[in-house]
Amino acid sequence: MKSKTSLARLSFLVFGFAFLYLPILSLVFYSFNKSRLVTVWGGFSTEWYGKLFENEPILDAAWLSLRVAAINATGATILGTLAGLALARFGRFRGRTLFTGMITAPLVMPEVITGLSLLLLFVATEHAFGWPEGRGVSTITIAHMTLTLSYVAVIVQSRLASLDVSLEEAAMDLGARPARVFLLVTLPIISPALISGWLLAFTISLDDLVIASFVSGPGSSTLPMVIFSKVRLGVSPDINALATIMVSLVTVGVVIAGLVTRRSVRVRQRDLEMAAGVH
Amino acid sequence: MKPAVQPGGSQRFGAAVRRLSGAARNLPPVRWTQALLVRLGVRGLRGRTAVIAVPYLWLLLFFLVPFVIVLKISFSEAQIAMPPYQPLLHWAGDRLADIRLNVNPGNYLYLFEDSLYLRAFANSLQVAALSTALALVIGYPLAYAIARADARWRAILLMLVILPFWTSFLLRVYAWIGILKSNGLLNNLLLWLGVIDHPVVMLQTDFATYLGIVYCYLPFMVMPLYANLEKMDLSLLEAAEDLGCRPLRAFISITLPLSTPGIVAGCMLVFIPAVGEYVIPALLGPADSLMIGKVLWTEFFNNRDWPVASAVAIALLLVLVAPIVYFQRLQGRASGART
Repeated sequence: MKSKTSLARLSFLVFGFAFLYLPILSLVFYSFNKSRLVTVWGGFSTEWYGKLFENEPILDAAWLSLRVAAINATGATILGTLAGLALARFGRFRGRTLFTGMITAPLVMPEVITGLSLLLLFVATEHAFGWPEGRGVSTITIAHMTLTLSYVAVIVQSRLASLDVSLEEAAMDLGARPARVFLLVTLPIISPALISGWLLAFTISLDDLVIASFVSGPGSSTLPMVIFSKVRLGVSPDINALATIMVSLVTVGVVIAGLVTRRSVRVRQRDLEMAAGVH
Repeated sequence: MKPAVQPGGSQRFGAAVRRLSGAARNLPPVRWTQALLVRLGVRGLRGRTAVIAVPYLWLLLFFLVPFVIVLKISFSEAQIAMPPYQPLLHWAGDRLADIRLNVNPGNYLYLFEDSLYLRAFANSLQVAALSTALALVIGYPLAYAIARADARWRAILLMLVILPFWTSFLLRVYAWIGILKSNGLLNNLLLWLGVIDHPVVMLQTDFATYLGIVYCYLPFMVMPLYANLEKMDLSLLEAAEDLGCRPLRAFISITLPLSTPGIVAGCMLVFIPAVGEYVIPALLGPADSLMIGKVLWTEFFNNRDWPVASAVAIALLLVLVAPIVYFQRLQGRASGART
């Protein structure tokens, strides 16, 4: 009886992960294919990686996307941390319901609506105030920050909610001003949440096609926009090579992050045990 | 004395706005915001107020105001100019009383007149609903198996579910083109196995759209389900087993009802974005696929009809407002329970 249920669970796992990973693995596998026909095996080759690094439009777009993603992630982390702090620590304040609504709505809002509405805003402000002068990096960054600050806020809020307030209270009892308490006590404790928020904002920005297509101007194509226009015409082996590079980077990053958090959890546990032993 | 050439009313209004904002334009945005706040009487802006005000103003300006603009443009008439719509307020003379309101509900009527839009809405809802159900059928067993796995493995398995989410969405959709196309992996596999004797058309079908949505949104289904199943009190199941309840029955009468909040949250996270999905139907679906996100895109980029595109966006928002509000309530309750 017991083995039957565990066998069922094992088959769920195998089927689920096969569904999630076989398509990605197929991308990686065929990136080393000599044949131009992506899914017909023509022998091992790394020529598509070479081709990828000669492709100027893709490289330019990648550089633009990386810049936008980095600025966006930094801005979204600052704004999102403030928002998460307000939601988790300030109790009821005037306009809280609207604030909560504006934080959670972008998480599920269809991208076409967000993209369209931001573009119409930029067109209207350009018409009325002369800002922004043309669309490009700045408008894409603002649009992405609006979207991703919500993700950061939710992460920071849930981290703060699970955090013991007694540390902050102790610091305040000892006479530290709120800003000082935040910088010296709260911020170091929630720094893992800030790092994962930054990375999430970075990834979402790097990956976004729809919103960027709406708010970008001529001459500022992001990486997903270039990939999309290429992929629309069918499969192309250098996109497989690009996908392989991205998947490897993400995998390495996630594994390192996993090891670091596991280590810090273990260190914290040991500290707690030692503290308990002292008492 | 009147000038010989009377400038148009709206032009004069625009000039006035520009003059008013003339000084502001020369200031960096930060100082401009500060000056504005001081003017509004918000003095001593620090601490608590600043923490709330900065993200609040940002969201008001870049999230709420844009919706008001979309709403406004959805009621205006299209014209061939830049921007391609007529203003709602129209200065007919030179006095304040000469303002003419130029509200045009025609864009919304058009959505009902041309059956394309209603069919697109119905089709999007259907595709999203069916994909959500499929994602639940695939995601629930996976979430269940992870939640009941050995504690040592759980974190790693969970990480494996999230990992595809960190890789590019677009490239994961792209992967399916290579799998589904006529001389793609799946057709070759089926031919080799002898299941079919000639390639089946799978790419650019509704089937491919469903598959793409299920594949891309599966992590969103698994995460809330896992969170729910993982914290479930297992002693209930042990009690049932002690009383002679078979595992399947215990699952149906205990685990399944208790996991309803997880099921609802997961389904919302898949359904709501799937309704307005653009990339998946554009790459995997049929060329004439009627998904509302695609219709909005075409209306905006190809037909350049901004007012109709805005009306479609507002209609889509109205369709989704009930599930979105429901989802927010759910989130609010969950975070309330946590604190």
